[in-house]
Amino acid sequence: MRALSRRTLLGWLGFAAWPMRAARGAPREVSVSIQNFAFAPARTQIPAGARVIWTNEDDAPHLVVASKGAFRSSALDTGDTFQFVFREPGSYDYFCALHPHMQGVVTVTAEAGRGAETGDH
Amino acid sequence: MASKDAHVGRRQVLECMAWAGTGALWTISGGTPHALGLLGQARAETAAPFTFLQISDSHIGFDKAANPDALATLRETIAKVRAMPARPAFMIHTGDITHLSRASEFDQADAAIREAGLETFYVPGEHDVIDEGRGRSYLDRYGKNAKGAGWYSFDAGGAHFVGLVNVVDLEAGGLGKLGPEQLAWIENDLRGQSASTPIVVFAHIPLWTIYEPWGWGTDDGLRALSLLNRFGSVTVLNGHIHQIVQKTEGHMTFHTARSTAFPQPAPGAAPSPGPMVVASDKLRDYLGLTRVDVARVDSPVAIVDATLAGKA
Ligand SMILES: [Cu+2]
Repeated sequence: MRALSRRTLLGWLGFAAWPMRAARGAPREVSVSIQNFAFAPARTQIPAGARVIWTNEDDAPHLVVASKGAFRSSALDTGDTFQFVFREPGSYDYFCALHPHMQGVVTVTAEAGRGAETGDH
Repeated sequence: MASKDAHVGRRQVLECMAWAGTGALWTISGGTPHALGLLGQARAETAAPFTFLQISDSHIGFDKAANPDALATLRETIAKVRAMPARPAFMIHTGDITHLSRASEFDQADAAIREAGLETFYVPGEHDVIDEGRGRSYLDRYGKNAKGAGWYSFDAGGAHFVGLVNVVDLEAGGLGKLGPEQLAWIENDLRGQSASTPIVVFAHIPLWTIYEPWGWGTDDGLRALSLLNRFGSVTVLNGHIHQIVQKTEGHMTFHTARSTAFPQPAPGAAPSPGPMVVASDKLRDYLGLTRVDVARVDSPVAIVDATLAGKA
Protein backbone atom coordinates (compact mmCIF):
# COMPACT_ATOMS: atom_id res chain seq x y z
CA MET A 1 0.00 0.00 0.00
CA ARG A 2 2.71 2.45 1.03
CA ALA A 3 4.92 1.29 -1.81
CA LEU A 4 2.06 1.69 -4.27
CA SER A 5 1.29 5.30 -3.36
CA ARG A 6 4.97 6.14 -3.50
CA ARG A 7 5.24 4.70 -6.98
CA THR A 8 2.29 6.80 -8.08
CA LEU A 9 3.85 9.92 -6.64
CA LEU A 10 7.09 9.03 -8.29
CA GLY A 11 5.58 9.26 -11.69
CA TRP A 12 4.04 12.60 -10.80
CA LEU A 13 7.21 14.21 -9.41
CA GLY A 14 9.59 12.79 -11.94
CA PHE A 15 12.05 9.99 -11.34
CA ALA A 16 15.21 12.13 -11.17
CA ALA A 17 14.17 13.90 -7.99
CA TRP A 18 14.02 10.64 -6.06
CA PRO A 19 16.90 8.68 -4.61
CA MET A 20 17.43 5.07 -5.62
CA ARG A 21 16.12 3.89 -2.27
CA ALA A 22 12.74 5.41 -2.93
CA ALA A 23 12.68 3.93 -6.39
CA ARG A 24 13.14 0.50 -4.83
CA GLY A 25 10.18 1.17 -2.55
CA ALA A 26 12.13 1.32 0.72
CA PRO A 27 11.28 3.99 3.33
CA ARG A 28 12.82 7.41 2.83
CA GLU A 29 16.06 7.94 4.68
CA VAL A 30 17.65 11.10 5.99
CA SER A 31 21.13 11.21 7.47
CA VAL A 32 22.19 13.28 10.46
CA SER A 33 25.88 13.50 11.20
CA ILE A 34 27.20 13.88 14.73
CA GLN A 35 30.40 15.88 14.57
CA ASN A 36 32.20 18.41 16.73
CA PHE A 37 29.72 17.69 19.50
CA ALA A 38 26.76 18.82 17.42
CA PHE A 39 23.99 17.29 15.31
CA ALA A 40 24.33 18.29 11.66
CA PRO A 41 21.82 19.33 10.60
CA ALA A 42 20.23 20.09 13.96
CA ARG A 43 16.78 20.51 12.35
CA THR A 44 15.42 17.80 10.09
CA GLN A 45 12.02 17.67 8.39
CA ILE A 46 10.73 14.37 7.04
CA PRO A 47 7.46 12.81 5.92
CA ALA A 48 5.81 10.25 8.19
CA GLY A 49 7.29 6.81 7.66
CA ALA A 50 10.77 8.09 6.88
CA ARG A 51 13.88 6.93 8.63
CA VAL A 52 16.55 9.09 10.23
CA ILE A 53 20.05 7.65 10.51
CA TRP A 54 22.49 9.27 12.92
CA THR A 55 26.20 8.58 12.42
CA ASN A 56 28.77 9.47 15.06
CA GLU A 57 31.80 10.99 13.34
CA ASP A 58 33.45 12.23 16.55
CA ASP A 59 36.28 10.62 18.51
CA ALA A 60 33.96 10.68 21.50
CA PRO A 61 30.83 8.59 22.09
CA HIS A 62 27.37 10.14 21.90
CA LEU A 63 23.90 8.94 22.77
CA VAL A 64 20.80 10.07 20.87
CA VAL A 65 17.74 10.41 23.11
CA ALA A 66 14.27 11.80 22.42
CA SER A 67 13.32 14.27 25.14
CA LYS A 68 9.87 12.70 25.46
CA GLY A 69 11.13 9.13 25.22
CA ALA A 70 10.15 8.09 21.66
CA PHE A 71 13.64 6.72 21.03
CA ARG A 72 16.96 6.17 22.75
CA SER A 73 20.14 4.88 21.15
CA SER A 74 22.79 2.91 22.94
CA ALA A 75 26.19 4.59 23.32
CA LEU A 76 27.45 5.32 19.81
CA ASP A 77 31.20 4.98 19.46
CA THR A 78 33.05 6.49 16.51
CA GLY A 79 31.44 5.32 13.27
CA ASP A 80 28.42 3.75 14.96
CA THR A 81 24.95 4.54 13.65
CA PHE A 82 21.48 4.70 15.15
CA GLN A 83 18.30 4.76 13.14
CA PHE A 84 14.68 5.36 13.90
CA VAL A 85 11.59 5.30 11.66
CA PHE A 86 9.16 8.12 12.44
CA ARG A 87 5.62 6.87 11.84
CA GLU A 88 3.73 9.51 13.80
CA PRO A 89 3.67 13.13 12.62
CA GLY A 90 4.87 15.66 15.16
CA SER A 91 7.91 17.42 16.52
CA TYR A 92 10.57 15.27 18.16
CA ASP A 93 13.12 17.13 20.26
CA TYR A 94 16.21 15.10 21.01
CA PHE A 95 19.59 15.55 22.67
CA CYS A 96 22.75 13.69 23.61
CA ALA A 97 22.42 12.03 27.02
CA LEU A 98 26.19 12.32 27.48
CA HIS A 99 26.49 15.94 26.36
CA PRO A 100 23.04 17.48 26.84
CA HIS A 101 24.06 20.80 25.30
CA MET A 102 23.87 18.87 21.99
CA GLN A 103 20.28 19.24 20.79
CA GLY A 104 18.28 18.59 17.64
CA VAL A 105 14.72 18.28 16.39
CA VAL A 106 13.01 16.05 13.84
CA THR A 107 9.78 17.42 12.42
CA VAL A 108 7.57 14.73 10.91
CA THR A 109 4.90 15.95 8.49
CA ALA A 110 1.69 14.07 7.79
CA GLU A 111 1.95 14.30 4.01
CA ALA A 112 3.88 11.15 3.26
CA GLY A 113 5.91 11.60 0.12
CA ARG A 114 6.46 15.33 0.33
CA GLY A 115 10.16 16.10 0.00
CA ALA A 116 12.31 16.20 3.09
CA GLU A 117 14.01 19.50 3.87
CA THR A 118 17.36 17.86 4.42
CA GLY A 119 16.90 15.09 1.91
CA ASP A 120 17.32 15.29 -1.82
CA HIS A 121 16.08 18.76 -2.72
CA MET B 1 38.45 20.34 12.05
CA ALA B 2 40.19 23.29 13.76
CA SER B 3 42.00 25.84 11.66
CA LYS B 4 45.73 26.38 12.04
CA ASP B 5 45.14 29.64 13.88
CA ALA B 6 42.84 27.96 16.35
CA HIS B 7 45.53 25.36 17.01
CA VAL B 8 48.14 27.96 17.87
CA GLY B 9 45.79 29.83 20.17
CA ARG B 10 44.72 26.64 21.87
CA ARG B 11 48.28 25.55 22.47
CA GLN B 12 49.31 28.86 23.92
CA VAL B 13 46.41 28.81 26.33
CA LEU B 14 47.15 25.26 27.38
CA GLU B 15 50.84 25.88 27.88
CA CYS B 16 49.95 28.77 30.09
CA MET B 17 47.52 26.64 32.08
CA ALA B 18 50.00 23.79 32.33
CA TRP B 19 52.56 26.14 33.81
CA ALA B 20 50.08 27.50 36.32
CA GLY B 21 48.86 24.03 37.16
CA THR B 22 52.06 22.10 37.58
CA GLY B 23 54.25 24.62 39.29
CA ALA B 24 52.24 26.29 41.96
CA LEU B 25 51.14 25.07 45.31
CA TRP B 26 48.03 26.83 46.53
CA THR B 27 46.96 26.95 50.10
CA ILE B 28 43.98 28.36 51.87
CA SER B 29 44.37 30.12 55.16
CA GLY B 30 42.24 32.88 56.55
CA GLY B 31 40.25 32.86 53.33
CA THR B 32 43.13 34.14 51.20
CA PRO B 33 44.92 31.95 48.72
CA HIS B 34 48.69 32.08 48.70
CA ALA B 35 50.99 30.57 46.16
CA LEU B 36 53.72 29.13 48.33
CA GLY B 37 56.19 28.32 45.63
CA LEU B 38 57.21 25.67 43.19
CA LEU B 39 56.66 22.00 43.66
CA GLY B 40 60.16 21.24 44.96
CA GLN B 41 60.07 23.94 47.62
CA ALA B 42 56.56 23.03 48.60
CA ARG B 43 57.55 19.45 49.25
CA ALA B 44 60.29 20.61 51.53
CA GLU B 45 58.03 23.01 53.43
CA THR B 46 55.03 20.77 53.86
CA ALA B 47 55.21 18.12 56.51
CA ALA B 48 51.85 16.64 55.76
CA PRO B 49 50.61 13.91 58.07
CA PHE B 50 47.77 13.14 55.69
CA THR B 51 47.97 12.97 51.92
CA PHE B 52 45.56 11.58 49.38
CA LEU B 53 45.67 11.41 45.61
CA GLN B 54 43.23 12.21 42.86
CA ILE B 55 43.25 10.51 39.48
CA SER B 56 40.59 11.13 36.86
CA ASP B 57 39.27 10.38 33.40
CA SER B 58 41.19 7.19 32.71
CA HIS B 59 38.79 6.38 29.82
CA ILE B 60 39.86 2.75 29.61
CA GLY B 61 38.78 1.52 26.18
CA PHE B 62 39.69 4.75 24.40
CA ASP B 63 42.04 3.98 21.49
CA LYS B 64 41.75 6.95 19.13
CA ALA B 65 44.48 9.27 17.84
CA ALA B 66 44.59 11.39 20.99
CA ASN B 67 45.93 8.33 22.86
CA PRO B 68 45.90 4.90 21.22
CA ASP B 69 46.55 3.19 24.58
CA ALA B 70 44.70 4.73 27.52
CA LEU B 71 45.46 1.66 29.63
CA ALA B 72 49.22 2.20 29.24
CA THR B 73 49.04 5.78 30.50
CA LEU B 74 46.86 4.73 33.44
CA ARG B 75 49.49 2.14 34.30
CA GLU B 76 52.19 4.81 34.08
CA THR B 77 50.15 6.95 36.46
CA ILE B 78 49.89 4.10 38.93
CA ALA B 79 53.62 3.45 38.63
CA LYS B 80 54.16 7.07 39.67
CA VAL B 81 51.92 6.49 42.67
CA ARG B 82 53.93 3.43 43.66
CA ALA B 83 57.15 5.39 43.34
CA MET B 84 56.06 8.11 45.76
CA PRO B 85 58.41 8.31 48.73
CA ALA B 86 55.55 8.88 51.19
CA ARG B 87 52.62 6.53 50.93
CA PRO B 88 49.33 8.41 50.44
CA ALA B 89 46.39 7.47 52.67
CA PHE B 90 44.11 6.64 49.75
CA MET B 91 43.12 7.65 46.27
CA ILE B 92 39.99 9.13 44.72
CA HIS B 93 39.01 8.62 41.08
CA THR B 94 36.74 11.39 39.82
CA GLY B 95 35.07 9.42 37.07
CA ASP B 96 35.20 8.37 33.45
CA ILE B 97 36.98 5.27 34.63
CA THR B 98 35.93 3.67 31.35
CA HIS B 99 35.17 5.03 27.91
CA LEU B 100 32.02 3.02 27.16
CA SER B 101 30.97 1.39 30.47
CA ARG B 102 31.94 -2.05 29.18
CA ALA B 103 32.62 -4.81 31.72
CA SER B 104 36.01 -5.49 30.12
CA GLU B 105 36.94 -1.81 30.48
CA PHE B 106 35.97 -1.77 34.17
CA ASP B 107 37.98 -5.00 34.63
CA GLN B 108 41.10 -3.52 33.06
CA ALA B 109 40.79 -0.30 35.05
CA ASP B 110 40.34 -2.26 38.29
CA ALA B 111 43.37 -4.42 37.62
CA ALA B 112 45.57 -1.41 36.81
CA ILE B 113 44.40 0.72 39.75
CA ARG B 114 44.70 -2.17 42.20
CA GLU B 115 48.45 -2.14 41.52
CA ALA B 116 48.66 1.11 43.50
CA GLY B 117 47.86 -0.84 46.64
CA LEU B 118 45.72 2.03 47.88
CA GLU B 119 42.10 2.09 48.89
CA THR B 120 40.33 3.95 46.08
CA PHE B 121 37.08 5.90 46.25
CA TYR B 122 35.16 6.45 43.04
CA VAL B 123 32.45 8.64 41.61
CA PRO B 124 31.08 7.93 38.13
CA GLY B 125 31.60 10.00 35.02
CA GLU B 126 29.02 10.09 32.25
CA HIS B 127 31.07 7.49 30.37
CA ASP B 128 30.64 5.06 33.27
CA VAL B 129 26.83 5.02 33.18
CA ILE B 130 26.09 4.32 29.50
CA ASP B 131 25.58 0.57 29.86
CA GLU B 132 22.13 -0.78 29.04
CA GLY B 133 21.27 -0.57 32.75
CA ARG B 134 22.20 3.15 32.78
CA GLY B 135 24.71 2.90 35.59
CA ARG B 136 23.87 -0.57 36.93
CA SER B 137 27.36 -1.89 36.03
CA TYR B 138 29.00 0.97 37.88
CA LEU B 139 26.82 0.56 40.99
CA ASP B 140 27.34 -3.20 41.06
CA ARG B 141 31.08 -2.61 41.26
CA TYR B 142 31.47 0.60 43.24
CA GLY B 143 28.13 1.41 44.80
CA LYS B 144 27.94 -1.08 47.65
CA ASN B 145 28.05 1.58 50.36
CA ALA B 146 26.54 4.35 48.29
CA LYS B 147 23.13 5.99 48.06
CA GLY B 148 21.10 6.73 44.94
CA ALA B 149 23.20 6.81 41.80
CA GLY B 150 26.38 6.37 43.84
CA TRP B 151 26.87 9.23 46.29
CA TYR B 152 28.37 8.76 49.78
CA SER B 153 30.57 10.35 52.40
CA PHE B 154 33.32 9.26 54.73
CA ASP B 155 35.75 10.71 57.27
CA ALA B 156 39.51 10.51 57.01
CA GLY B 157 42.41 12.39 58.57
CA GLY B 158 40.09 14.80 60.37
CA ALA B 159 38.39 15.84 57.12
CA HIS B 160 34.94 14.95 55.83
CA PHE B 161 34.79 13.65 52.26
CA VAL B 162 31.66 13.82 50.12
CA GLY B 163 31.50 11.94 46.80
CA LEU B 164 28.75 13.22 44.50
CA VAL B 165 27.15 12.08 41.23
CA ASN B 166 26.25 14.73 38.65
CA VAL B 167 26.20 12.62 35.48
CA VAL B 168 22.86 10.78 35.50
CA ASP B 169 19.43 11.74 34.12
CA LEU B 170 20.86 14.79 32.40
CA GLU B 171 18.29 17.03 30.77
CA ALA B 172 18.25 18.45 27.24
CA GLY B 173 20.13 21.72 27.08
CA GLY B 174 21.34 21.36 30.65
CA LEU B 175 24.66 20.86 32.39
CA GLY B 176 25.61 18.31 35.02
CA LYS B 177 22.89 17.64 37.57
CA LEU B 178 22.81 16.54 41.21
CA GLY B 179 19.03 16.42 41.57
CA PRO B 180 16.78 17.12 44.57
CA GLU B 181 17.23 13.72 46.21
CA GLN B 182 21.01 14.08 46.31
CA LEU B 183 20.83 17.72 47.44
CA ALA B 184 18.57 16.70 50.34
CA TRP B 185 21.04 13.96 51.24
CA ILE B 186 23.97 16.42 51.18
CA GLU B 187 22.13 18.81 53.49
CA ASN B 188 21.43 15.99 55.90
CA ASP B 189 24.95 14.58 55.65
CA LEU B 190 26.57 17.93 56.49
CA ARG B 191 24.22 18.70 59.35
CA GLY B 192 26.31 16.84 61.91
CA GLN B 193 29.65 18.30 60.81
CA SER B 194 31.42 21.04 62.73
CA ALA B 195 32.18 24.22 60.77
CA SER B 196 35.86 23.73 61.55
CA THR B 197 36.02 20.34 59.84
CA PRO B 198 37.72 20.57 56.44
CA ILE B 199 35.29 19.40 53.77
CA VAL B 200 36.44 17.78 50.56
CA VAL B 201 33.77 17.41 47.89
CA PHE B 202 34.48 15.43 44.76
CA ALA B 203 32.40 14.79 41.66
CA HIS B 204 33.05 14.22 37.98
CA ILE B 205 31.68 17.32 36.24
CA PRO B 206 32.85 20.62 37.76
CA LEU B 207 30.35 21.81 40.35
CA TRP B 208 30.87 25.41 39.24
CA THR B 209 30.40 26.65 35.70
CA ILE B 210 33.66 26.69 33.77
CA TYR B 211 32.27 26.92 30.24
CA GLU B 212 28.55 26.65 29.67
CA PRO B 213 28.57 26.24 25.84
CA TRP B 214 30.43 22.95 26.31
CA GLY B 215 28.35 21.84 29.25
CA TRP B 216 31.26 22.28 31.67
CA GLY B 217 29.33 22.97 34.82
CA THR B 218 26.53 21.69 37.05
CA ASP B 219 23.06 23.23 36.90
CA ASP B 220 22.33 22.84 40.61
CA GLY B 221 25.99 22.97 41.70
CA LEU B 222 25.49 26.33 43.43
CA ARG B 223 22.80 24.80 45.61
CA ALA B 224 25.30 22.23 46.84
CA LEU B 225 27.96 24.90 47.36
CA SER B 226 25.54 27.07 49.34
CA LEU B 227 25.21 24.19 51.81
CA LEU B 228 28.99 24.41 52.30
CA ASN B 229 29.14 28.14 53.04
CA ARG B 230 29.41 27.76 56.79
CA PHE B 231 32.54 25.60 56.68
CA GLY B 232 35.96 27.14 57.18
CA SER B 233 37.73 25.01 54.59
CA VAL B 234 36.04 23.55 51.53
CA THR B 235 37.92 21.85 48.69
CA VAL B 236 36.02 20.93 45.52
CA LEU B 237 37.78 18.39 43.29
CA ASN B 238 36.47 17.58 39.83
CA GLY B 239 37.51 15.98 36.54
CA HIS B 240 35.69 15.84 33.19
CA ILE B 241 37.53 18.64 31.41
CA HIS B 242 40.93 16.90 31.25
CA GLN B 243 42.93 19.96 32.27
CA ILE B 244 43.67 21.96 35.36
CA VAL B 245 41.45 24.89 36.18
CA GLN B 246 41.51 26.27 39.67
CA LYS B 247 40.16 29.15 41.63
CA THR B 248 39.63 30.15 45.22
CA GLU B 249 36.57 31.97 46.51
CA GLY B 250 36.46 32.77 50.19
CA HIS B 251 36.98 29.50 52.02
CA MET B 252 36.40 27.39 48.92
CA THR B 253 39.08 26.05 46.64
CA PHE B 254 38.04 24.63 43.29
CA HIS B 255 40.32 22.41 41.28
CA THR B 256 39.94 20.17 38.25
CA ALA B 257 42.41 17.38 37.56
CA ARG B 258 44.18 16.27 34.45
CA SER B 259 43.11 13.07 32.74
CA THR B 260 45.34 10.01 32.66
CA ALA B 261 44.17 9.35 29.08
CA PHE B 262 44.03 12.40 26.77
CA PRO B 263 43.81 16.19 26.92
CA GLN B 264 40.88 18.36 25.84
CA PRO B 265 41.06 21.89 24.44
CA ALA B 266 40.97 24.89 26.73
CA PRO B 267 37.45 26.34 27.06
CA GLY B 268 36.40 27.88 23.75
CA ALA B 269 39.80 27.29 22.14
CA ALA B 270 38.40 24.77 19.61
CA PRO B 271 35.09 24.25 17.78
CA SER B 272 34.08 21.66 20.36
CA PRO B 273 35.30 19.78 23.41
CA GLY B 274 36.58 16.24 22.95
CA PRO B 275 39.86 14.36 22.66
CA MET B 276 42.66 16.72 21.59
CA VAL B 277 45.51 15.32 19.54
CA VAL B 278 48.96 16.56 20.56
CA ALA B 279 52.36 15.36 19.38
CA SER B 280 52.92 11.90 20.85
CA ASP B 281 56.12 12.98 22.58
CA LYS B 282 54.14 15.78 24.25
CA LEU B 283 51.15 13.72 25.40
CA ARG B 284 52.57 13.03 28.85
CA ASP B 285 52.89 16.77 29.49
CA TYR B 286 49.09 16.89 29.41
CA LEU B 287 48.36 13.83 31.56
CA GLY B 288 48.84 13.45 35.25
CA LEU B 289 47.60 13.12 38.78
CA THR B 290 46.90 15.36 41.75
CA ARG B 291 48.16 15.18 45.32
CA VAL B 292 46.28 16.81 48.18
CA ASP B 293 47.84 17.39 51.58
CA VAL B 294 45.51 17.92 54.51
CA ALA B 295 47.84 19.05 57.25
CA ARG B 296 45.36 19.04 60.09
CA VAL B 297 42.05 20.55 61.07
CA ASP B 298 41.91 24.30 60.35
CA SER B 299 45.17 24.43 58.49
CA PRO B 300 45.75 24.78 54.75
CA VAL B 301 44.89 22.12 52.24
CA ALA B 302 47.61 21.98 49.59
CA ILE B 303 46.96 20.80 46.06
CA VAL B 304 49.89 19.78 43.90
CA ASP B 305 49.64 18.52 40.33
CA ALA B 306 52.20 16.38 38.58
CA THR B 307 52.33 15.37 34.92
CA LEU B 308 53.23 11.93 33.64
CA ALA B 309 56.22 13.55 31.98
CA GLY B 310 57.36 14.41 35.47
CA LYS B 311 57.84 18.11 34.83
CA ALA B 312 57.00 20.32 37.76
CU1 LIG C 1 27.39 13.62 23.12
